[in-house]
Amino acid sequence: MLNKIYDWVDERLDITPMWRDIADHEVPEHVNPAHHFSAFVYCFGGLTFFVTVIQILSGMFLTMYYVPDIKNAWESVYYLQNEVAFGVIVRGMHHWGASLVIVMMFLHTLRVFFQGAYKKPRELNWVVGVLIFFVMLGLGFTGYLLPWDMKALFATKVGIEIAASTPLIGHELKVLLAGHPDIVGAQTLTRFFAIHVFFLPAALLGLMGAHFIMIRKQGISGPL
Amino acid sequence: MHRGKGMKFVGDSRIPAERKPNIPKDYSEYPGKTEAFWPNFLLKEWMVGAVFLIGYLCLTIAHPSPLERVADPTDTGYLPLPDWYFLFLYQLLKYTYASGPYNVIGAFIIPGLAFGGLMLAPFIDRGPKRRPLDRPFATGFMLLSLASIIFLTWESVDAVDWEAKEAQGAIVEEAAIDTNSDGFKIYQENGCINCHGDTLSGGAAAPSLIGTGLTPEEVADIAKNGKGTMPPGMYKGNDEDLVKLSEFISTLEAE
Repeated sequence: MLNKIYDWVDERLDITPMWRDIADHEVPEHVNPAHHFSAFVYCFGGLTFFVTVIQILSGMFLTMYYVPDIKNAWESVYYLQNEVAFGVIVRGMHHWGASLVIVMMFLHTLRVFFQGAYKKPRELNWVVGVLIFFVMLGLGFTGYLLPWDMKALFATKVGIEIAASTPLIGHELKVLLAGHPDIVGAQTLTRFFAIHVFFLPAALLGLMGAHFIMIRKQGISGPL
Repeated sequence: MHRGKGMKFVGDSRIPAERKPNIPKDYSEYPGKTEAFWPNFLLKEWMVGAVFLIGYLCLTIAHPSPLERVADPTDTGYLPLPDWYFLFLYQLLKYTYASGPYNVIGAFIIPGLAFGGLMLAPFIDRGPKRRPLDRPFATGFMLLSLASIIFLTWESVDAVDWEAKEAQGAIVEEAAIDTNSDGFKIYQENGCINCHGDTLSGGAAAPSLIGTGLTPEEVADIAKNGKGTMPPGMYKGNDEDLVKLSEFISTLEAE
C-alpha cells in the first residue's frame, strides 16, 4: 500500500532523486562515535538542531496562551505556569532550551574552530554559522522581555540603552527597537514579540537551510 | 542518465517516464568503516537525542522556569541582570576604560573585534594546516577569548547578591481587603499595620499575612505571644476584638 502510494507520487514528481540527496550518503568512520568515542564532538551540531526544533514546537504551544500586551502578558504567563495542564513543562522546556541551544551551539563552534574545519572550501558555511549564532543571541534577547516581569523590563531597558549608545545610528536603533524615543512599554513588547516570533525565526530557518544544503553539497570535513 | 533524443516524459511535464528503482548504494565498497546514514546512523542519532531529551526533561522538572512579579516601571530600585550568556558583555561595561566616556570601546570596539574576528576567521587563518598546534595564532586567540569570557562571566556572577536578587523580584501575593471591616480597623488600631503593611503583604520587618493557612486560634496566639522576631504582647485590645482580628487574618487568601 505504502509502496503503491510512493510509486504513484514518484511517477508524477520523480521524488527518488530528492530522497537520495537527503538520505543516501555514507557517514565516514572518523565522525562515527561507534568507532571512535572521541567523535562525540560531532554530535553538538545535531543537538543544536534538535533543541532548535524543540524551541520551535514549544514556542508554538506557548503562543496558544501568551498575549503580547502589557496588561495581559504577565497574567497569561502566570496562568500558563500555574493553571494550564503541562504549561509549566512547555514553558520550562522553552526557557531551558534557550540556554541549552546556546551551550550546544558554542560547543559546536569550538569543535569546528579547533579542528580548522572552516578552511577552504567551507568558508561560506562558517560565515552562515556565525550569523546563526547572532540570530540565536537576538532570539534570547527578545524572548527575555516577553513575560513582562521585573527582570524582563529592566534588563531590556539596559539592552536598549546599550543599543542607543551606538555611534551615528544609536537613536534610530533605539526607536526602532522600543517603538518610542523614551518609553519602554506597550510598543516595545509588541515589537519584541514580532521580532521573536516572526522576523528572527524566518531568518533562522533560511540560514539553517543554507547551512544544511552546504553541508550536503560539500560533505563533512575529513579527519585531522 | 538518459537525455535528449528519445526521452519520454510523464504527460506534458518534465518528469522522465523512465524510472529508477529506489535502492540504496552499497557502502561496503567505500574505504574504511563507513556507514549508511539512512537508516543505520540516523537510528544511533535518535538514541543520542533520546538520552539528551531525558536529561533535558529532568532539568525542566527539577527547575521550573522563573517568573518574577509583573513589571513595574516606577520601581527604580530594581537592579537588572541579563541572561547568563550576556553577562560577559555586561561585565565588560563596568570597567573604567570600557564605560562612561569610553563606552564605545566596551560596547562596540572590543565585542566588534571579537565577533568580527570570529566571523572572518576563515579569511584570516588561511593556511592549509588544520591541527590546532599547527596554527598557534588561531588557537591562541580563541583560548584567550575563551578565558576572557569565562573570567568576565565569573566576575559578573560573583558581584551579584543572589538572595537580594531573588527577593527584589519575588511575586508579592495580594488579597482584596475590605478596609471598612471590623477586622481591618482592629488591625489598624493595634499597630499591626506598622510592620505588616496596609496591604497586609508584609515588609522588611514582618512576613505577609495573606494565605498563611493558620486557624483563627493560631493567629490569636501569635498576636498575643509573638513568633520569631515578633515580641509577645503586641496585641493590647480585648478578647472580643482578638477573635474578629484573627478570623479576619486567617480568611485572607491571595486572589
